[in-house]
Amino acid sequence: MADDTRSENNDSLALRLEMRGVRKRFGATHALVGVDLAVKPGEVMALVGENGAGKSTLMKVLSGAHPADAGSMRLDGEPYVPCNPLHARQCGVAMIYQELSLAPHLSVMENILLGVEPTRGMLLNRKAMRERALAAQQEVGMGHVSPDIKVSSLSPGQQQLVEIARAVTLECRVLVLDEPTSSLTRHDIENLFALVQRLKAQGLSIVYISHFLEEVREISDRFTVLRDGETVGGGITADTTTHEIITMMVGREVDDLYPRSARSPGDVVLEVNELGGERLPVSASLCLRRGEILGMAGLIGAGRTELMRAVFGLDGVREGNVKVGIYSGIADPARRWKQGVGMVSEDRKNEGLAGGLSVADNVTLSHLRGLGPWRFVLPSRQRKACHRWLRQIPIKCQSPAQPVNALSGGNQQKVAVARLLHADVDVLLLDEPTRGVDVGSKAQIYELIDDLARGDPDIGRPPKAILMISSYLPELLGVCDRIAVMCRGRLGEARQVDEWDDHRLMIAATGHDRLAIAGDGVLSDV
Amino acid sequence: MSDKNNTSDVGRETRPNGLAFHSGWMNTLGRFLALLLVFAFFAVLVDGGKFYTVRNLENIIRQSAVYATAGLGMTMVIITGGIDLSVGSIIALSVVVVACVLDLSAGGVGDAHYLINQWPVLLPILAVLAGVAAATLAGMANGSMIVGLRLVPFIVTLGSMGMVRGLAKGIADERDIYPPEDTWISSIMDPTLTSADRSWMVLPPGVWLLLVGVAAAWFLLRYTRLGRHIYAVGSNEETARLCGVRVGRTKMVVYAMTGFFCGLAGLMQFSYIGGVGQPTTAVMYELFIIAAVIIGGASFSGGEGSILGTLIGALIITILYMGGQQMGWPKWVQEMVIGGIIIAAVTLDQVRHRKMV
Repeated sequence: MADDTRSENNDSLALRLEMRGVRKRFGATHALVGVDLAVKPGEVMALVGENGAGKSTLMKVLSGAHPADAGSMRLDGEPYVPCNPLHARQCGVAMIYQELSLAPHLSVMENILLGVEPTRGMLLNRKAMRERALAAQQEVGMGHVSPDIKVSSLSPGQQQLVEIARAVTLECRVLVLDEPTSSLTRHDIENLFALVQRLKAQGLSIVYISHFLEEVREISDRFTVLRDGETVGGGITADTTTHEIITMMVGREVDDLYPRSARSPGDVVLEVNELGGERLPVSASLCLRRGEILGMAGLIGAGRTELMRAVFGLDGVREGNVKVGIYSGIADPARRWKQGVGMVSEDRKNEGLAGGLSVADNVTLSHLRGLGPWRFVLPSRQRKACHRWLRQIPIKCQSPAQPVNALSGGNQQKVAVARLLHADVDVLLLDEPTRGVDVGSKAQIYELIDDLARGDPDIGRPPKAILMISSYLPELLGVCDRIAVMCRGRLGEARQVDEWDDHRLMIAATGHDRLAIAGDGVLSDV
Repeated sequence: MSDKNNTSDVGRETRPNGLAFHSGWMNTLGRFLALLLVFAFFAVLVDGGKFYTVRNLENIIRQSAVYATAGLGMTMVIITGGIDLSVGSIIALSVVVVACVLDLSAGGVGDAHYLINQWPVLLPILAVLAGVAAATLAGMANGSMIVGLRLVPFIVTLGSMGMVRGLAKGIADERDIYPPEDTWISSIMDPTLTSADRSWMVLPPGVWLLLVGVAAAWFLLRYTRLGRHIYAVGSNEETARLCGVRVGRTKMVVYAMTGFFCGLAGLMQFSYIGGVGQPTTAVMYELFIIAAVIIGGASFSGGEGSILGTLIGALIITILYMGGQQMGWPKWVQEMVIGGIIIAAVTLDQVRHRKMV
């Protein structure tokens, strides 16, 4: 017993970074409910977890952007309480975020030495600046790039190296890389990995956050898994199979709240061929029939929302085409509404609803015809039209005149869906239709979606076609008929839902398809 | 620097080097060509070659000096991603304060008056110091409101545009001040090349002062820490803060410097309008000065701008203004043309950005 405590003490002395029982709450949401993380010097620690597991909150706590509510952090044995990101940097904890933080108009050397420029009296010591920048550049393997180049003219991979060089000149002790490969080419990724190995050899501690388990295997010594704001496991990467890591990441059961009535797929109403967006998606093809729910799974940033926006004509298209029923050609949202396509945005607050306007206004916004003589819009008719949906869906609100932002999240979402019904669309594009919605409303929304896909011959409503994005796997598995997985901008083949399960979806989303195809249901590591 | 290059890593390592290095000078050169074009336009259209006489050229330079001097500060403000709408009012404040101090010699009693009579040399120096100090203080007030109250520069300087103008009118008691005797201040912008006894100066002292200011501002932006921080704040404020740049202090200094340069511009304006302390002078100058800076290649979104560009911009604006006058265009046409030029310049700036990104 006594020996145990001693050895634990020794362990914690040797730790570079130690987080214990870190908790963080935003209002009613518990973002972190007890996170433990320990990193040794000269070690790459991978931090993995599903979307929303709390990784980004944890990093914000570590970087001092948000203070922790409870728990302790230690850096080289000393208590570490960063008050802001600048302080964290000065303590030696540097973050490289997905969104790079560089001054695009400044040169490479000015970015590397921003805030710590060497001076001689009042003047910049440009010679010393160049030398120090070049030294840092050499260390990160971009010694061949001139320090005078503007950062905005570099490739994303090189820009990332500039940021790492900046951390290196600060002599940081802990380097946190948040999804560092998401916008890199294969060549850049290899460079980055080689650099991580070099930095590690110099005794730096590296926290590597990634969805991509393949990368985690390649680069990390140990890993820690977060789920629902909690550390649920971890270990030595080499001793653990990918299958085990995924089990820790997913670790939950499919609930039985998904109604599924008999649906009969009809004609094809939406066809997407090799669609490429301005940035994302890279390439996506799909085909959606009436009376069918097609789900799109994938990680955040894989390009699902971009695909939906491109289909709806919100974003530009680089190549490929979209055919809605008999229409193909130029796409813009107004035309799509006329063709019978409606979309519910994932960003309800900024995009989905006009918050200050009434429920009636929001429901009727995309289809104001027939609400008065000629082209007039009579508020009374708007309210009447709205009433029908309030009863049918049902939406809980005092009256159609109530401002929509006074409603609960679930009811707001139902208003957003009611807009599509009011416009009488045939194709519903739903982006995260249950985000930020309580469980009760979720069940109602699932029921509504199921109802729409089935159609209702009694009131003469034909079945609708539904394309749905969700990051919550049980929901996709419960609601959809077919599911396609998007990974790094490419949409995989849509398969029947019974060919999928949590694991396979996760594997496909993290770029491990090969494994899923290889075994017959049995996962094995290559 | 188009999208296509982003995918190939190999080619870009050598190529952008040359491009990035030259692009700054290429831009300045392009603006210089625009300047020549505008000049040539009026040189051809204005009757009898009157537009390119020595006298007219000198007038252009004298008039543009006021815009350019104030534009030095404005350039820095716009590089940080801010704006200063109060420059015209600050120039007027400086004009009025200079006139007021010079007016002290007219009468009054007491030690101060005694001193002034004993040392008449002191008075103009005192006037210059007071004028520049008042303008700098006004700039500092702008800066501290923007930083301290965390307000948007547009709103703060919109408000101070009115306040400072009111202050100038109040100091002058809402009338023009005519100092009793002409001092050297009134003649800093007087023509030199066209007057025999002053031609040894080549350019009026005020224009020399501008050139010194240009050199100082250029040097500051390019070779000092503060200069780099000004660009960094405009380019990405959060990053600058993260890297330990004192963002607030940088902004503060930039607005104070704008005040300072407006003070100098006020001295020139005082002389240019004939040594009168006119509180209603320099109205609409903010428009001309901002136009000069934007035409000079600064970007409203921050991070970009150059002193030499502003100098060229000020010349272009002045030539448009004076050329229009000499063509006999009515004033309303001139104003519309200058407004249109600003929109065109900003549009061009955006097109250029879209290409870059």
